[in-house]
Amino acid sequence: MADIKVDVRGETCPVPLVETRKALRKASPGDTVEIVGTHPASKKEIPMALKALGLKLKDIEEDGDVWRIKIGV
Amino acid sequence: MTDKATIVVHSGDMDKLYSALIIATGALSMGMDASLYFTFWGLERLVKGKLEGGRLSRMHLFGIGKWMVRRRMQAARVASLEKLLQDFKELGGKIIACEMTMQIMGIKKDDLRADLIDEYGAVGTYVQEARESSITLFI
Repeated sequence: MADIKVDVRGETCPVPLVETRKALRKASPGDTVEIVGTHPASKKEIPMALKALGLKLKDIEEDGDVWRIKIGV
Repeated sequence: MTDKATIVVHSGDMDKLYSALIIATGALSMGMDASLYFTFWGLERLVKGKLEGGRLSRMHLFGIGKWMVRRRMQAARVASLEKLLQDFKELGGKIIACEMTMQIMGIKKDDLRADLIDEYGAVGTYVQEARESSITLFI
């Protein structure tokens, strides 16, 4: 059970989505993947991707322009 | 029909190649399969050293327009075409090179980026990919 952190602050389309998928592919069952970013559309689209992938969105936090998405693998 | 995106990359224009690669990596990221079929001017971009060599489809202005757009893309931290291609491969995307284009344009296998290409094919390969795809585009 590892905590994998991906920092995509300042990155734009499609990098946050792609880096999320790359991290999820490397993660093992039981891991938590946490993505931190600022790209507005990705905050909506990463949860859409999780739904398509059948993965669990654990939490979304927002602090100003920065969002943080936690995913259970 | 599987959850797959198949894109014909016909244009070698820089902006159109971006569109194709962004959609393709996006599809892979959303859990789909993806195939890119490079043909005509698109295939030229897979010749060693020519990936970034495409013009802008509009307002190229002898290269000034492209230079300006690239500067703006860098300021916005848009990924390079090379990074998008590497991501596409890492996420399991498939690249097909059109053999007829190679013949017409005198491109040999040795001229192309063998590290990226999975398969060399013709129209039958595209149709086979496309018939099992829910998204197919011609760019």
